[in-house]
Amino acid sequence: MKSTRSGSRGQVLDSAAEPSAAKSARQRADGRAAEDQPGQAADDEPAAATGGQPDGALAALAVQYGLRPSAQRPTIGIYLSELARRWNFIMGFATARNVAMYTEAKLGQLWQVLAPLLNAGVYFLIFGVIIKGVSRGVPDFLAFLVTGVFVFSFTQRTFISTSKVITDSLPLIRALKFPRAALPLAYVMIELQQMLLSLAVLFVLVLVEREPITWHWLLVVPAIVLLTMFNAGIGMFAARTGARVNDFAQLLPFLMRTWLYLSGVIYSIQQFVVDHSQHYGWATTLLQVNPAAVYITLVRNALLNTQRESAFGAKPYDQANCYAWAGVNRPTPVPKGWSHAVSQVKNHLPADHPLSQYGSAYCHPTVVSSHLWLLGAGWAVVALLLGFWFFWRKEVFYGRG
Amino acid sequence: MAKPSTGASATLPAPAAGTAEPTVIVDGLHVVYRVYGKGGDRGTAATALFRILGRRTRPTIREVHAIRGMSFVAYRGDAIGIIGRNGSGKSTLLRAIAGLLPPEHGTVYTICDASLLGVNAALMDDLTGERNVVLGCLAMGMTKAEIKTKYAEIVDFSGVAEFINLPMKTYSSGMGSRLRFAIAAAKDYELLLIDEALATGDAEFRVKSHARIDELRNKAGTVFLVAHDLEEVEDTCNRVIWLDRGKIVEQGEDVIAVIDRYIDASGGEKVTRDPVTRKRISAPEPD
Repeated sequence: MKSTRSGSRGQVLDSAAEPSAAKSARQRADGRAAEDQPGQAADDEPAAATGGQPDGALAALAVQYGLRPSAQRPTIGIYLSELARRWNFIMGFATARNVAMYTEAKLGQLWQVLAPLLNAGVYFLIFGVIIKGVSRGVPDFLAFLVTGVFVFSFTQRTFISTSKVITDSLPLIRALKFPRAALPLAYVMIELQQMLLSLAVLFVLVLVEREPITWHWLLVVPAIVLLTMFNAGIGMFAARTGARVNDFAQLLPFLMRTWLYLSGVIYSIQQFVVDHSQHYGWATTLLQVNPAAVYITLVRNALLNTQRESAFGAKPYDQANCYAWAGVNRPTPVPKGWSHAVSQVKNHLPADHPLSQYGSAYCHPTVVSSHLWLLGAGWAVVALLLGFWFFWRKEVFYGRG
Repeated sequence: MAKPSTGASATLPAPAAGTAEPTVIVDGLHVVYRVYGKGGDRGTAATALFRILGRRTRPTIREVHAIRGMSFVAYRGDAIGIIGRNGSGKSTLLRAIAGLLPPEHGTVYTICDASLLGVNAALMDDLTGERNVVLGCLAMGMTKAEIKTKYAEIVDFSGVAEFINLPMKTYSSGMGSRLRFAIAAAKDYELLLIDEALATGDAEFRVKSHARIDELRNKAGTVFLVAHDLEEVEDTCNRVIWLDRGKIVEQGEDVIAVIDRYIDASGGEKVTRDPVTRKRISAPEPD
C-alpha cells in the first residue's frame, strides 16, 4: 500500500502546451499525491466514494467545472427517480428472463403452471395421504395446503433467486450504469408473474372444490400487493447479502425450509397455537406474527370459506366451545356450557359438526383475524423501507472484483 | 493543447488554450481488486475451521492493486488512447472512470455518466439479439418511443441481419461485439469509453465504428480508447497514455513519439515511418 503513489510524479511530459490553470493544477496535484501517503486501508467505504472532502487543485478544478465523482452513491431521492425511469427496463427484463427460463424445455411456458401444481401434489401426497395427522382440524385440506404452498413459494423463490441476482448479472452491471436495485426488483416481478399464474390455477382448484364465489375473493388483491412489497424488501436484502457473502446462497435453502415448517404451510397454526398456548404463549404468538404465516392466512381467509369462518376471532369469545374444539381436558374453573360443548364435539366426530370444524372461531389468542391486515401492512412497509435502504447503502460496490 | 503537432493528431480539433473544459479528472486514483478463495489458504474444511476458531478474518482474500496512483485531466474533444501490456490496468482505469469500480483512494471526477463499451460486456447471452437491443436501451434510460425510432438503425449498424432473432450465445464473437457496440453507441454520449470493442469487427465494421466515434467526438464528447492495435490509436487519438503495472509511464499529445518509445520498451517490432509524414510505411500485424 505504501509508496505506491510516487509513480505519478513528474511524468507529465506535455504540460507545457496546456492551459496554465489546468497545468498548475495537475502539477500541484501530482506533488500532493506524492507526499500524501494513504494512511490506512479503507475498510468498507473509502471517503472518496462517499463524496468525502474534495481537496487539492484537481478537486478544485473539478468543482469549478461542475464535475462529480463517478463512483459516488446518488442520494436516495435521485436514486428513486432514476429507478422510476427504469420501470420499463425492470418489467422488460422480468418478462425476458421468464421466457428464457423455459426455452430449453419441450413444454416451454407450460412449466410455469405445471411446476406449482406438481409442488402442491407432492405435499398433498405426503401430508394429506401418507401422514394424515397434520390435516387434523382442517376442513378442505387440499385447498388449504395448495394455497399455503403457492403463497409461500412466492416468498421462497424470491429470496433464493435474488440472493444470486448480482452474481448472475455481472456482465450487465459491468457494462451499463443504472440503479442496481432494478435487478432484484426485476426478479421480484418474475416471481410475481409466476405467482399470478399460480393464483389462476388456485382459483380453478378452489372452484372444483365447490368453494362459493364471494366478495371476499377480492381481498386476494391487497394481500398479494402487500406480499409483493414485503418480497421486494427481502429481495433487496438478499441481493446485497448474497453479493457480499457468498456463503449466504449455501445457507439459504436450509433457512427457507425451516421457515416453511414454521409458517403453517402444511399444518394449521391455529390447531398448534391452541394446543400449546397455555405453556408456550410467547412462542405461539411469534408463530402467528411471522410474516409468511400472516400473508398465507390472509390469502386463505380471502379464498376459502371454511378458513374464514374458522379463523381465530371470527366469532365472539366462548371458552367452552374453544376448549372443547381443541380437545383440552376439563379446565378449572369449568366454563359455562362446557358439558354441552364437549358432548357436541364427541358425538359428532369425525369432523362433520360445525363445532368440530369451526370451533377455532371461538378462540381469541393474542393474534386474531382482524389483526392480520395491520400486521401484513406493517411487515410490507418495514421490509420495503429497510430492504431498500440496506441495498442502496452499498450501491457503488455491486459488481466489484 | 494548441501545440501544432504532426501526424494524426494534427487533424483533430484541439480546444483553444484557456477555454478547455475538463470532462474527466482522475485525482490520485488507486483501485484494488479483492479476489476470494485463491491463494495461500488451500480452502479445505480444516483450514476454514481453524480460521473461524482463531477469529482470523478471511485470509483467503488476496488484494490485487490494479491501479497505483494516477492523476490526469481529459478535456472536451479529446480522444485519448490508453496503451500498455496485458494487466497494466487499462481496462480497470476505464471501469473506474465509468464509475463501475469504486476507487480505494483518490477520486475520478466526470462531467456526466460515462458509457463503457467492452468485448466482455455481454449483455444477456440466453436472450435474442432483439431483446438485448431493447433491454440494453431501456437500461441506458431510453424511452420506448426512442427505442422504436433507433431500433432499425441499431440492427442495421450491427450488421447481424437475420441473426437478430437468435439468442446472443449463438453469435460469433465478432457479431456479438458488433451488436453490443451498436447498442451502446445508439445514445449520444459526452463520455465514451471503448475497451477493445473494435478489435473483433471485420474491416467494414471498423470503418463504420471509426466514423461513429468521430461523430461522437464532434458532438463535443471525450473518447477513451483501449487498444492493442497501436495503429488504431495513432489514427484515432490526439493524446495517449502509456500504463505499466498500474502507473502512468508516459503521457503526451505526440502520440507517435510515445507509441514508438512504448514499442521500444516492450521489445516490439520496430515501425518504419516516413520521415516527413510520420505515417507507417509497412504496418506490422496487430498483436
